[in-house]
Amino acid sequence: MDRGVWIIAEQWNGKLKRVSFELLARAQRLADKLGDHLSAVLLGYHIKRAAQELIYHGADVVYLVEHPRLFQFDPDPYANCLERLIREERPEIIVAAATTTGRTLMPILAARLHTGLTADCTDLDIEEGTGLLLQTRPAIGGNVMVTIKTPNHRPQMATVRPRSYKPSPRDSSRSGEVIVKDYPDELFASRFKLLGLERPREETVNIEDTEVVVAVGKGIGKPENLKWIRELAELLDGAIGASRAVVDLGWLPYPHQVGLSGKTVSPRLYLACGISGAIQHLAGMRGSELVIAINKDPRAQIFKVADLGVIGDLTEILPRLIQRLQRLKSKGEKG
Amino acid sequence: MVAVKYVPDTDEIQIDETTGTMVREGIPGIINPLDLYAVEEGLRLKERWGGEIVVLSMGPPKAEEALREALSMGADRAVLLTDRRFAGSDTWATAHTLSKAVRKLGYFDLILCGERATDGETGQVGPELGAMLDLPVITYVSQIEDLHPPHGGKRGWICCRRLTEEGYQRIGAPLPALLTVVKEINEPRLPTFQGKSRARRAEIQRLSLEDLALSAQETGLRGSPTRVVEIFYPSLVRDTVVVAEPPEKSVERIVDFLQKHELI
Repeated sequence: MDRGVWIIAEQWNGKLKRVSFELLARAQRLADKLGDHLSAVLLGYHIKRAAQELIYHGADVVYLVEHPRLFQFDPDPYANCLERLIREERPEIIVAAATTTGRTLMPILAARLHTGLTADCTDLDIEEGTGLLLQTRPAIGGNVMVTIKTPNHRPQMATVRPRSYKPSPRDSSRSGEVIVKDYPDELFASRFKLLGLERPREETVNIEDTEVVVAVGKGIGKPENLKWIRELAELLDGAIGASRAVVDLGWLPYPHQVGLSGKTVSPRLYLACGISGAIQHLAGMRGSELVIAINKDPRAQIFKVADLGVIGDLTEILPRLIQRLQRLKSKGEKG
Repeated sequence: MVAVKYVPDTDEIQIDETTGTMVREGIPGIINPLDLYAVEEGLRLKERWGGEIVVLSMGPPKAEEALREALSMGADRAVLLTDRRFAGSDTWATAHTLSKAVRKLGYFDLILCGERATDGETGQVGPELGAMLDLPVITYVSQIEDLHPPHGGKRGWICCRRLTEEGYQRIGAPLPALLTVVKEINEPRLPTFQGKSRARRAEIQRLSLEDLALSAQETGLRGSPTRVVEIFYPSLVRDTVVVAEPPEKSVERIVDFLQKHELI
Protein backbone atom coordinates (compact mmCIF):
# COMPACT_ATOMS: atom_id res chain seq x y z
CA MET A 1 0.00 0.00 0.00
CA ASP A 2 1.28 3.43 -0.84
CA ARG A 3 2.01 5.65 2.09
CA GLY A 4 0.83 8.85 0.59
CA VAL A 5 0.69 12.57 1.04
CA TRP A 6 -1.04 13.98 4.11
CA ILE A 7 -2.35 17.31 5.19
CA ILE A 8 -3.20 18.24 8.77
CA ALA A 9 -6.63 19.87 8.63
CA GLU A 10 -7.43 22.65 11.09
CA GLN A 11 -10.81 23.33 12.62
CA TRP A 12 -12.20 25.88 14.99
CA ASN A 13 -15.33 25.11 16.99
CA GLY A 14 -16.00 22.14 14.75
CA LYS A 15 -15.82 24.18 11.56
CA LEU A 16 -12.97 23.65 9.10
CA LYS A 17 -10.67 26.60 8.62
CA ARG A 18 -10.17 27.79 5.06
CA VAL A 19 -6.49 26.89 5.29
CA SER A 20 -7.46 23.20 5.33
CA PHE A 21 -8.72 23.52 1.77
CA GLU A 22 -5.63 25.47 0.74
CA LEU A 23 -3.51 22.62 2.08
CA LEU A 24 -5.59 20.11 0.12
CA ALA A 25 -5.09 22.08 -3.09
CA ARG A 26 -1.34 22.27 -2.59
CA ALA A 27 -0.94 18.65 -1.58
CA GLN A 28 -3.14 17.46 -4.45
CA ARG A 29 -0.45 18.59 -6.88
CA LEU A 30 2.16 16.65 -4.97
CA ALA A 31 0.03 13.50 -4.76
CA ASP A 32 -0.73 13.70 -8.50
CA LYS A 33 2.96 13.97 -9.34
CA LEU A 34 3.72 10.96 -7.19
CA GLY A 35 0.67 9.06 -8.40
CA ASP A 36 -0.26 8.71 -4.76
CA HIS A 37 -3.28 9.11 -2.54
CA LEU A 38 -4.10 12.34 -0.76
CA SER A 39 -5.14 11.97 2.85
CA ALA A 40 -6.26 14.46 5.46
CA VAL A 41 -5.98 14.12 9.22
CA LEU A 42 -8.76 15.66 11.26
CA LEU A 43 -8.70 15.89 15.04
CA GLY A 44 -11.63 17.30 17.00
CA TYR A 45 -14.93 16.44 18.59
CA HIS A 46 -18.29 15.97 16.83
CA ILE A 47 -16.74 16.70 13.47
CA LYS A 48 -17.90 13.85 11.21
CA ARG A 49 -19.50 16.34 8.83
CA ALA A 50 -16.21 18.20 8.51
CA ALA A 51 -14.53 14.90 7.56
CA GLN A 52 -16.98 14.53 4.67
CA GLU A 53 -16.28 18.12 3.66
CA LEU A 54 -12.55 17.30 3.34
CA ILE A 55 -13.44 14.53 0.88
CA TYR A 56 -15.58 16.95 -1.14
CA HIS A 57 -12.51 19.21 -1.30
CA GLY A 58 -10.11 16.57 -2.59
CA ALA A 59 -9.11 14.11 0.15
CA ASP A 60 -9.18 10.43 -0.84
CA VAL A 61 -8.90 9.33 2.77
CA VAL A 62 -9.67 11.14 6.00
CA TYR A 63 -8.17 9.85 9.23
CA LEU A 64 -10.57 10.99 11.92
CA VAL A 65 -9.89 11.06 15.64
CA GLU A 66 -12.70 12.36 17.84
CA HIS A 67 -12.48 13.03 21.56
CA PRO A 68 -13.67 15.82 23.89
CA ARG A 69 -10.01 16.58 24.65
CA LEU A 70 -9.47 17.36 20.96
CA PHE A 71 -12.22 19.98 20.79
CA GLN A 72 -9.63 22.75 21.12
CA PHE A 73 -5.94 22.61 20.34
CA ASP A 74 -4.04 21.11 23.27
CA PRO A 75 -0.43 20.22 22.42
CA ASP A 76 -0.40 16.94 24.38
CA PRO A 77 -3.35 14.96 22.99
CA TYR A 78 -2.85 16.45 19.52
CA ALA A 79 0.82 15.46 19.37
CA ASN A 80 0.13 12.05 20.97
CA CYS A 81 -2.59 11.13 18.47
CA LEU A 82 -0.67 12.38 15.48
CA GLU A 83 2.52 10.64 16.52
CA ARG A 84 0.63 7.35 16.89
CA LEU A 85 -1.14 7.79 13.57
CA ILE A 86 2.07 8.65 11.71
CA ARG A 87 3.87 5.64 13.18
CA GLU A 88 0.98 3.39 12.17
CA GLU A 89 0.42 4.67 8.65
CA ARG A 90 3.88 6.01 7.80
CA PRO A 91 3.10 8.76 5.30
CA GLU A 92 5.81 10.02 2.94
CA ILE A 93 4.89 13.70 3.16
CA ILE A 94 2.97 15.85 5.64
CA VAL A 95 1.94 19.41 4.86
CA ALA A 96 0.52 21.53 7.69
CA ALA A 97 -0.50 25.16 8.13
CA ALA A 98 1.94 27.73 9.47
CA THR A 99 -0.62 28.87 12.05
CA THR A 100 0.08 29.15 15.77
CA THR A 101 -1.29 25.60 16.02
CA GLY A 102 0.77 24.16 13.16
CA ARG A 103 3.89 25.97 14.24
CA THR A 104 3.56 24.48 17.71
CA LEU A 105 2.46 20.98 16.81
CA MET A 106 4.78 20.25 13.88
CA PRO A 107 8.10 21.00 15.64
CA ILE A 108 6.99 18.81 18.56
CA LEU A 109 6.29 16.00 16.07
CA ALA A 110 9.56 16.58 14.21
CA ALA A 111 11.43 16.23 17.50
CA ARG A 112 9.58 13.06 18.51
CA LEU A 113 9.78 11.42 15.09
CA HIS A 114 13.35 12.51 14.43
CA THR A 115 12.69 14.05 11.05
CA GLY A 116 13.12 17.33 9.21
CA LEU A 117 10.62 20.17 9.12
CA THR A 118 10.71 23.26 6.93
CA ALA A 119 8.74 26.29 8.09
CA ASP A 120 6.72 28.72 5.98
CA CYS A 121 7.31 27.19 2.57
CA THR A 122 6.16 29.32 -0.34
CA ASP A 123 6.53 26.52 -2.87
CA LEU A 124 6.37 22.74 -2.64
CA ASP A 125 7.28 20.40 -5.47
CA ILE A 126 8.43 16.87 -6.18
CA GLU A 127 11.97 16.27 -7.38
CA GLU A 128 12.24 14.43 -10.68
CA GLY A 129 13.70 10.98 -10.31
CA THR A 130 13.91 10.78 -6.52
CA GLY A 131 10.33 11.71 -5.73
CA LEU A 132 11.58 13.79 -2.81
CA LEU A 133 9.68 16.80 -1.52
CA LEU A 134 11.32 20.08 -2.51
CA GLN A 135 10.57 22.70 0.12
CA THR A 136 11.21 26.29 -0.90
CA ARG A 137 11.11 29.10 1.64
CA PRO A 138 12.35 32.65 1.95
CA ALA A 139 15.35 33.12 4.21
CA ILE A 140 17.09 36.07 5.78
CA GLY A 141 14.17 38.44 5.60
CA GLY A 142 13.14 37.37 2.11
CA ASN A 143 16.49 38.33 0.60
CA VAL A 144 17.09 34.83 -0.72
CA MET A 145 15.01 31.75 -1.42
CA VAL A 146 16.23 28.38 -0.23
CA THR A 147 15.11 24.97 -1.45
CA ILE A 148 15.41 22.26 1.15
CA LYS A 149 14.83 18.53 1.13
CA THR A 150 14.73 15.73 3.67
CA PRO A 151 16.55 12.85 1.95
CA ASN A 152 16.70 10.10 4.56
CA HIS A 153 14.12 10.81 7.26
CA ARG A 154 10.38 10.25 7.11
CA PRO A 155 7.93 11.76 6.92
CA GLN A 156 9.11 14.80 4.99
CA MET A 157 7.33 17.67 6.70
CA ALA A 158 6.64 21.28 5.81
CA THR A 159 4.36 24.10 6.86
CA VAL A 160 2.88 26.69 4.50
CA ARG A 161 1.39 30.08 5.23
CA PRO A 162 -2.37 30.54 5.22
CA ARG A 163 -3.69 32.56 2.26
CA SER A 164 -0.71 31.62 0.13
CA TYR A 165 -2.71 29.29 -2.12
CA LYS A 166 -6.18 29.07 -3.61
CA PRO A 167 -8.42 26.64 -1.71
CA SER A 168 -9.51 23.54 -3.57
CA PRO A 169 -13.05 23.74 -4.95
CA ARG A 170 -15.94 21.78 -3.42
CA ASP A 171 -17.29 18.86 -5.39
CA SER A 172 -20.07 17.04 -3.56
CA SER A 173 -19.97 14.15 -6.04
CA ARG A 174 -16.51 13.13 -4.82
CA SER A 175 -16.27 10.05 -2.67
CA GLY A 176 -13.60 8.86 -0.30
CA GLU A 177 -13.05 6.88 2.83
CA VAL A 178 -13.27 8.13 6.41
CA ILE A 179 -11.09 5.98 8.66
CA VAL A 180 -12.07 6.46 12.30
CA LYS A 181 -9.25 5.84 14.75
CA ASP A 182 -10.15 4.81 18.27
CA TYR A 183 -7.24 5.39 20.56
CA PRO A 184 -6.78 4.45 24.21
CA ASP A 185 -7.49 7.04 26.89
CA GLU A 186 -3.88 7.62 27.83
CA LEU A 187 -3.25 9.25 24.45
CA PHE A 188 -5.74 11.98 25.36
CA ALA A 189 -4.19 12.76 28.73
CA SER A 190 -2.80 16.27 28.99
CA ARG A 191 -0.41 18.09 31.28
CA PHE A 192 -2.07 21.35 30.26
CA LYS A 193 -5.16 23.11 31.56
CA LEU A 194 -7.02 25.15 28.95
CA LEU A 195 -8.50 28.08 30.81
CA GLY A 196 -10.47 29.87 28.14
CA LEU A 197 -10.11 32.31 25.30
CA GLU A 198 -10.31 36.08 25.24
CA ARG A 199 -11.13 37.80 22.00
CA PRO A 200 -8.67 40.53 21.14
CA ARG A 201 -9.52 44.18 21.63
CA GLU A 202 -9.03 45.05 17.99
CA GLU A 203 -11.52 43.26 15.77
CA THR A 204 -9.37 42.48 12.75
CA VAL A 205 -6.12 41.54 14.36
CA ASN A 206 -5.39 38.50 12.24
CA ILE A 207 -3.24 40.14 9.59
CA GLU A 208 -1.66 36.93 8.30
CA ASP A 209 -4.95 35.46 7.20
CA THR A 210 -6.55 38.16 5.10
CA GLU A 211 -6.62 39.22 1.44
CA VAL A 212 -6.07 42.91 2.09
CA VAL A 213 -3.78 44.56 4.62
CA VAL A 214 -4.06 48.30 5.14
CA ALA A 215 -0.80 49.18 6.85
CA VAL A 216 0.02 52.37 8.66
CA GLY A 217 3.31 54.05 9.47
CA LYS A 218 4.39 57.06 11.48
CA GLY A 219 3.55 59.21 8.48
CA ILE A 220 -0.09 59.08 9.55
CA GLY A 221 0.91 61.89 11.94
CA LYS A 222 -1.18 61.27 15.04
CA PRO A 223 -3.19 58.43 16.56
CA GLU A 224 -6.51 60.23 15.88
CA ASN A 225 -5.85 59.79 12.14
CA LEU A 226 -6.00 56.01 12.56
CA LYS A 227 -9.75 56.35 12.09
CA TRP A 228 -9.09 56.63 8.34
CA ILE A 229 -7.05 53.43 8.39
CA ARG A 230 -9.86 51.63 10.22
CA GLU A 231 -12.45 52.89 7.73
CA LEU A 232 -10.29 51.91 4.77
CA ALA A 233 -9.67 48.46 6.18
CA GLU A 234 -13.39 48.00 6.65
CA LEU A 235 -14.24 49.22 3.15
CA LEU A 236 -11.65 46.90 1.59
CA ASP A 237 -12.57 44.04 3.91
CA GLY A 238 -9.01 43.92 5.17
CA ALA A 239 -6.99 43.94 8.34
CA ILE A 240 -4.78 46.66 9.82
CA GLY A 241 -1.02 46.31 9.73
CA ALA A 242 1.49 48.65 11.33
CA SER A 243 5.13 49.59 11.13
CA ARG A 244 7.32 49.04 14.13
CA ALA A 245 7.39 52.78 14.83
CA VAL A 246 3.60 52.89 15.21
CA VAL A 247 3.65 49.95 17.61
CA ASP A 248 6.54 51.38 19.59
CA LEU A 249 4.60 54.64 19.96
CA GLY A 250 1.73 52.61 21.39
CA TRP A 251 -0.73 53.70 18.66
CA LEU A 252 -1.54 50.09 17.81
CA PRO A 253 -0.80 46.88 19.73
CA TYR A 254 1.90 44.42 18.72
CA PRO A 255 -0.29 41.87 16.88
CA HIS A 256 -0.57 44.45 14.08
CA GLN A 257 3.17 44.77 13.54
CA VAL A 258 4.54 43.77 10.14
CA GLY A 259 8.23 43.14 9.63
CA LEU A 260 11.25 41.25 10.83
CA SER A 261 10.29 41.51 14.49
CA GLY A 262 6.57 41.32 13.75
CA LYS A 263 4.49 39.29 11.32
CA THR A 264 5.22 38.32 7.74
CA VAL A 265 2.20 38.86 5.51
CA SER A 266 1.47 37.96 1.90
CA PRO A 267 -1.97 39.35 1.10
CA ARG A 268 -3.34 40.04 -2.39
CA LEU A 269 -3.12 43.76 -1.64
CA TYR A 270 -0.82 45.61 0.74
CA LEU A 271 -1.80 49.25 1.04
CA ALA A 272 1.01 51.08 2.84
CA CYS A 273 0.04 54.48 4.26
CA GLY A 274 2.82 56.68 5.56
CA ILE A 275 5.32 53.85 5.77
CA SER A 276 8.85 54.76 4.73
CA GLY A 277 9.87 51.15 4.19
CA ALA A 278 12.82 50.21 6.38
CA ILE A 279 14.42 46.97 5.23
CA GLN A 280 13.04 45.25 8.34
CA HIS A 281 9.52 46.27 7.35
CA LEU A 282 9.95 45.28 3.71
CA ALA A 283 11.03 41.82 4.85
CA GLY A 284 7.58 41.32 6.33
CA MET A 285 5.51 42.38 3.31
CA ARG A 286 7.47 41.94 0.09
CA GLY A 287 5.66 38.67 -0.58
CA SER A 288 2.42 40.60 -1.11
CA GLU A 289 0.90 40.16 -4.55
CA LEU A 290 0.09 43.83 -5.11
CA VAL A 291 1.42 46.84 -3.25
CA ILE A 292 0.12 50.40 -3.19
CA ALA A 293 2.20 52.90 -1.24
CA ILE A 294 1.17 56.41 -0.24
CA ASN A 295 3.90 58.60 1.21
CA LYS A 296 4.80 62.26 1.05
CA ASP A 297 8.52 61.56 0.83
CA PRO A 298 9.41 60.77 -2.81
CA ARG A 299 12.57 59.01 -1.66
CA ALA A 300 10.72 56.55 0.61
CA GLN A 301 12.08 53.01 0.15
CA ILE A 302 8.55 51.60 0.12
CA PHE A 303 8.11 52.90 -3.45
CA LYS A 304 10.78 50.44 -4.62
CA VAL A 305 8.57 47.47 -3.80
CA ALA A 306 5.27 49.08 -4.82
CA ASP A 307 3.21 48.50 -7.96
CA LEU A 308 1.57 51.87 -7.51
CA GLY A 309 3.34 54.61 -5.59
CA VAL A 310 1.47 57.79 -4.75
CA ILE A 311 3.46 60.76 -3.52
CA GLY A 312 1.18 62.91 -1.44
CA ASP A 313 -0.29 63.95 1.87
CA LEU A 314 -2.30 61.26 3.66
CA THR A 315 -4.54 63.82 5.33
CA GLU A 316 -5.63 64.99 1.89
CA ILE A 317 -5.77 61.63 0.12
CA LEU A 318 -7.30 59.27 2.68
CA PRO A 319 -10.55 61.17 3.44
CA ARG A 320 -11.19 61.56 -0.29
CA LEU A 321 -10.38 57.93 -0.99
CA ILE A 322 -12.74 56.78 1.76
CA GLN A 323 -15.53 58.98 0.46
CA ARG A 324 -15.01 57.67 -3.06
CA LEU A 325 -15.02 54.02 -1.94
CA GLN A 326 -18.14 54.58 0.16
CA ARG A 327 -19.96 56.04 -2.85
CA LEU A 328 -18.88 53.14 -5.06
CA LYS A 329 -20.03 50.68 -2.42
CA SER A 330 -23.47 52.21 -1.92
CA LYS A 331 -23.93 52.40 -5.69
CA GLY A 332 -22.98 48.74 -5.95
CA GLU A 333 -25.47 47.79 -3.26
CA LYS A 334 -28.28 49.73 -4.91
CA GLY A 335 -27.42 48.51 -8.38
CA MET B 1 17.32 29.07 31.58
CA VAL B 2 17.07 31.38 28.62
CA ALA B 3 18.14 30.12 25.20
CA VAL B 4 19.43 32.84 22.87
CA LYS B 5 20.84 33.03 19.38
CA TYR B 6 23.61 35.13 17.92
CA VAL B 7 22.36 36.56 14.63
CA PRO B 8 24.02 38.69 11.97
CA ASP B 9 23.36 42.39 12.40
CA THR B 10 23.28 43.25 8.74
CA ASP B 11 21.27 42.87 5.61
CA GLU B 12 24.41 41.78 3.77
CA ILE B 13 24.33 38.18 4.88
CA GLN B 14 26.26 35.75 2.74
CA ILE B 15 25.50 32.16 1.95
CA ASP B 16 28.09 29.46 1.36
CA GLU B 17 27.07 28.19 -2.05
CA THR B 18 28.48 24.69 -1.50
CA THR B 19 26.92 23.84 1.86
CA GLY B 20 24.00 26.22 1.59
CA THR B 21 24.48 27.47 5.10
CA MET B 22 25.06 31.00 6.29
CA VAL B 23 28.57 32.34 6.42
CA ARG B 24 28.85 33.82 9.88
CA GLU B 25 32.53 34.71 9.96
CA GLY B 26 33.38 38.35 9.54
CA ILE B 27 29.82 39.58 9.94
CA PRO B 28 29.03 41.65 13.01
CA GLY B 29 26.48 39.97 15.23
CA ILE B 30 24.00 40.76 17.95
CA ILE B 31 21.71 38.84 20.23
CA ASN B 32 18.55 37.93 18.31
CA PRO B 33 16.29 40.93 19.08
CA LEU B 34 13.32 38.66 19.86
CA ASP B 35 15.38 36.82 22.47
CA LEU B 36 15.70 40.02 24.52
CA TYR B 37 12.07 39.56 25.55
CA ALA B 38 12.85 36.08 26.86
CA VAL B 39 15.86 37.41 28.82
CA GLU B 40 13.77 40.26 30.24
CA GLU B 41 10.97 37.94 31.30
CA GLY B 42 13.49 35.69 33.02
CA LEU B 43 14.91 38.66 34.91
CA ARG B 44 11.45 39.77 36.01
CA LEU B 45 10.64 36.30 37.30
CA LYS B 46 13.92 36.27 39.18
CA GLU B 47 13.18 39.67 40.74
CA ARG B 48 9.86 38.36 41.96
CA TRP B 49 10.73 34.77 42.91
CA GLY B 50 14.51 34.61 43.22
CA GLY B 51 16.54 31.91 41.55
CA GLU B 52 19.22 32.01 38.94
CA ILE B 53 19.17 32.93 35.25
CA VAL B 54 21.44 30.93 32.98
CA VAL B 55 21.69 31.95 29.33
CA LEU B 56 22.52 29.28 26.80
CA SER B 57 23.58 29.65 23.21
CA MET B 58 25.04 27.56 20.44
CA GLY B 59 27.22 29.09 17.76
CA PRO B 60 30.70 30.18 16.78
CA PRO B 61 33.07 31.51 19.48
CA LYS B 62 31.86 35.03 18.63
CA ALA B 63 28.37 34.10 19.83
CA GLU B 64 29.83 34.97 23.23
CA GLU B 65 28.80 38.52 22.37
CA ALA B 66 25.13 37.58 22.47
CA LEU B 67 25.64 35.95 25.85
CA ARG B 68 27.46 39.02 27.16
CA GLU B 69 24.52 41.18 26.10
CA ALA B 70 22.25 38.97 28.20
CA LEU B 71 24.71 39.07 31.09
CA SER B 72 24.85 42.86 30.91
CA MET B 73 21.06 42.94 31.34
CA GLY B 74 21.42 40.92 34.53
CA ALA B 75 21.62 37.21 33.74
CA ASP B 76 23.72 35.31 36.28
CA ARG B 77 25.85 33.09 34.07
CA ALA B 78 26.26 31.98 30.50
CA VAL B 79 27.03 28.78 28.64
CA LEU B 80 28.15 28.58 25.02
CA LEU B 81 28.01 25.39 22.98
CA THR B 82 30.73 25.86 20.45
CA ASP B 83 32.46 23.30 18.29
CA ARG B 84 33.22 23.19 14.57
CA ARG B 85 31.30 19.94 14.43
CA PHE B 86 28.10 21.75 15.47
CA ALA B 87 28.28 23.89 12.32
CA GLY B 88 25.51 23.52 9.75
CA SER B 89 22.95 22.20 12.23
CA ASP B 90 19.33 22.48 11.13
CA THR B 91 16.57 23.03 13.67
CA TRP B 92 16.43 19.35 14.69
CA ALA B 93 20.19 19.07 15.21
CA THR B 94 20.31 22.42 17.03
CA ALA B 95 17.50 21.45 19.39
CA HIS B 96 19.09 18.04 19.92
CA THR B 97 22.45 19.59 20.84
CA LEU B 98 20.79 22.14 23.13
CA SER B 99 18.79 19.39 24.82
CA LYS B 100 22.00 17.51 25.68
CA ALA B 101 23.39 20.67 27.23
CA VAL B 102 20.25 21.35 29.27
CA ARG B 103 20.36 17.80 30.63
CA LYS B 104 24.03 18.17 31.47
CA LEU B 105 23.56 21.51 33.20
CA GLY B 106 21.03 20.15 35.66
CA TYR B 107 17.52 21.11 36.75
CA PHE B 108 15.63 24.15 35.46
CA ASP B 109 12.15 25.23 36.46
CA LEU B 110 11.57 27.11 33.26
CA ILE B 111 13.19 27.46 29.84
CA LEU B 112 12.41 30.67 27.97
CA CYS B 113 12.98 31.21 24.25
CA GLY B 114 12.23 34.01 21.81
CA GLU B 115 9.43 33.38 19.33
CA ARG B 116 11.91 32.89 16.49
CA ALA B 117 15.26 34.22 15.28
CA THR B 118 15.36 37.10 12.85
CA ASP B 119 17.77 35.27 10.52
CA GLY B 120 16.43 31.73 10.15
CA GLU B 121 12.86 32.70 11.07
CA THR B 122 11.66 29.15 11.65
CA GLY B 123 10.47 29.39 15.26
CA GLN B 124 11.07 25.65 15.51
CA VAL B 125 14.05 25.24 17.81
CA GLY B 126 12.16 26.24 20.97
CA PRO B 127 9.26 23.76 20.62
CA GLU B 128 11.63 21.04 19.36
CA LEU B 129 13.87 21.55 22.39
CA GLY B 130 10.87 21.35 24.71
CA ALA B 131 9.64 18.15 23.06
CA MET B 132 13.08 16.54 23.24
CA LEU B 133 13.22 17.28 26.97
CA ASP B 134 9.64 16.00 27.30
CA LEU B 135 8.55 19.34 28.78
CA PRO B 136 5.16 20.99 28.31
CA VAL B 137 5.64 23.61 25.58
CA ILE B 138 3.65 26.85 25.57
CA THR B 139 4.26 28.94 22.46
CA TYR B 140 3.48 32.59 21.62
CA VAL B 141 3.26 33.61 25.29
CA SER B 142 2.20 37.25 25.64
CA GLN B 143 1.91 37.26 29.42
CA ILE B 144 2.82 35.10 32.37
CA GLU B 145 -0.30 35.49 34.49
CA ASP B 146 0.71 33.44 37.45
CA LEU B 147 3.53 31.27 38.67
CA HIS B 148 3.70 28.93 41.62
CA PRO B 149 7.26 27.74 42.20
CA PRO B 150 7.72 24.14 43.34
CA HIS B 151 7.13 23.94 47.08
CA GLY B 152 7.69 21.10 49.53
CA GLY B 153 7.72 18.34 46.97
CA LYS B 154 4.74 19.86 45.17
CA ARG B 155 5.28 20.58 41.48
CA GLY B 156 5.33 24.17 40.36
CA TRP B 157 2.66 25.57 38.06
CA ILE B 158 2.59 28.32 35.45
CA CYS B 159 -0.35 30.05 33.85
CA CYS B 160 0.11 32.02 30.60
CA ARG B 161 -1.77 33.94 27.98
CA ARG B 162 -0.79 32.96 24.47
CA LEU B 163 -1.49 34.91 21.32
CA THR B 164 -3.41 32.86 18.73
CA GLU B 165 -5.36 33.68 15.58
CA GLU B 166 -8.59 33.42 17.55
CA GLY B 167 -7.51 35.62 20.45
CA TYR B 168 -5.65 35.17 23.70
CA GLN B 169 -5.74 31.61 24.98
CA ARG B 170 -5.22 31.15 28.71
CA ILE B 171 -3.34 27.97 29.45
CA GLY B 172 -1.69 26.40 32.49
CA ALA B 173 1.05 23.79 32.73
CA PRO B 174 3.18 22.15 35.40
CA LEU B 175 6.84 23.10 35.84
CA PRO B 176 9.36 22.50 34.49
CA ALA B 177 8.07 23.87 31.19
CA LEU B 178 9.36 25.60 28.07
CA LEU B 179 7.85 28.87 26.87
CA THR B 180 8.39 30.82 23.69
CA VAL B 181 7.50 34.48 24.21
CA VAL B 182 6.30 37.19 21.82
CA LYS B 183 7.32 40.80 21.76
CA GLU B 184 4.16 41.91 23.48
CA ILE B 185 5.20 40.30 26.77
CA ASN B 186 7.41 43.12 28.07
CA GLU B 187 9.77 45.98 27.34
CA PRO B 188 13.37 44.73 27.60
CA ARG B 189 15.61 46.82 29.84
CA LEU B 190 18.78 48.47 28.63
CA PRO B 191 22.00 47.24 30.21
CA THR B 192 23.39 49.42 32.99
CA PHE B 193 26.99 50.60 33.01
CA GLN B 194 27.64 48.26 35.94
CA GLY B 195 26.00 45.41 34.11
CA LYS B 196 28.17 46.00 31.08
CA SER B 197 31.40 45.97 33.00
CA ARG B 198 30.32 42.85 34.91
CA ALA B 199 29.44 41.17 31.61
CA ARG B 200 32.83 42.05 30.14
CA ARG B 201 34.62 40.32 32.99
CA ALA B 202 32.27 37.36 33.31
CA GLU B 203 33.60 33.96 32.44
CA ILE B 204 31.55 32.08 29.90
CA GLN B 205 31.42 28.32 30.21
CA ARG B 206 32.17 26.62 26.89
CA LEU B 207 31.02 23.15 26.04
CA SER B 208 32.21 21.06 23.09
CA LEU B 209 30.98 17.90 21.39
CA GLU B 210 32.89 15.75 23.89
CA ASP B 211 31.58 17.72 26.87
CA LEU B 212 28.05 16.90 25.75
CA ALA B 213 28.89 13.24 25.09
CA LEU B 214 27.52 13.67 21.58
CA SER B 215 28.67 11.80 18.52
CA ALA B 216 29.49 13.76 15.37
CA GLN B 217 26.67 11.91 13.60
CA GLU B 218 23.95 13.48 15.72
CA THR B 219 24.83 17.16 15.35
CA GLY B 220 26.00 19.65 12.74
CA LEU B 221 25.33 19.09 9.08
CA ARG B 222 25.68 15.32 9.48
CA GLY B 223 23.08 15.19 12.22
CA SER B 224 20.58 17.32 10.29
CA PRO B 225 17.62 15.59 8.62
CA THR B 226 17.26 18.46 6.13
CA ARG B 227 19.61 19.48 3.33
CA VAL B 228 19.75 22.71 1.38
CA VAL B 229 19.68 21.86 -2.31
CA GLU B 230 19.45 25.28 -3.90
CA ILE B 231 19.70 28.97 -3.09
CA PHE B 232 18.44 31.63 -5.42
CA TYR B 233 17.53 35.26 -5.37
CA PRO B 234 13.84 36.00 -5.74
CA SER B 235 12.98 38.11 -8.73
CA LEU B 236 10.81 40.95 -7.59
CA VAL B 237 9.23 41.86 -10.86
CA ARG B 238 7.05 44.85 -10.27
CA ASP B 239 6.29 47.44 -12.89
CA THR B 240 6.41 50.25 -10.42
CA VAL B 241 4.52 53.41 -11.27
CA VAL B 242 5.13 56.33 -8.95
CA VAL B 243 3.01 59.44 -9.36
CA ALA B 244 2.97 62.88 -7.78
CA GLU B 245 -0.38 64.50 -8.55
CA PRO B 246 -3.10 66.51 -6.81
CA PRO B 247 -5.06 64.49 -4.23
CA GLU B 248 -8.18 64.09 -6.43
CA LYS B 249 -6.07 62.62 -9.24
CA SER B 250 -4.21 60.36 -6.81
CA VAL B 251 -7.50 58.99 -5.48
CA GLU B 252 -8.62 58.25 -9.03
CA ARG B 253 -5.38 56.35 -9.66
CA ILE B 254 -5.87 54.24 -6.55
CA VAL B 255 -9.51 53.50 -7.35
CA ASP B 256 -8.60 52.55 -10.93
CA PHE B 257 -5.90 50.25 -9.64
CA LEU B 258 -8.29 48.59 -7.17
CA GLN B 259 -10.92 48.14 -9.88
CA LYS B 260 -8.47 46.79 -12.43
CA HIS B 261 -7.37 44.12 -9.96
CA GLU B 262 -10.94 43.40 -8.84
CA LEU B 263 -10.24 44.41 -5.29
CA ILE B 264 -13.45 46.45 -5.12
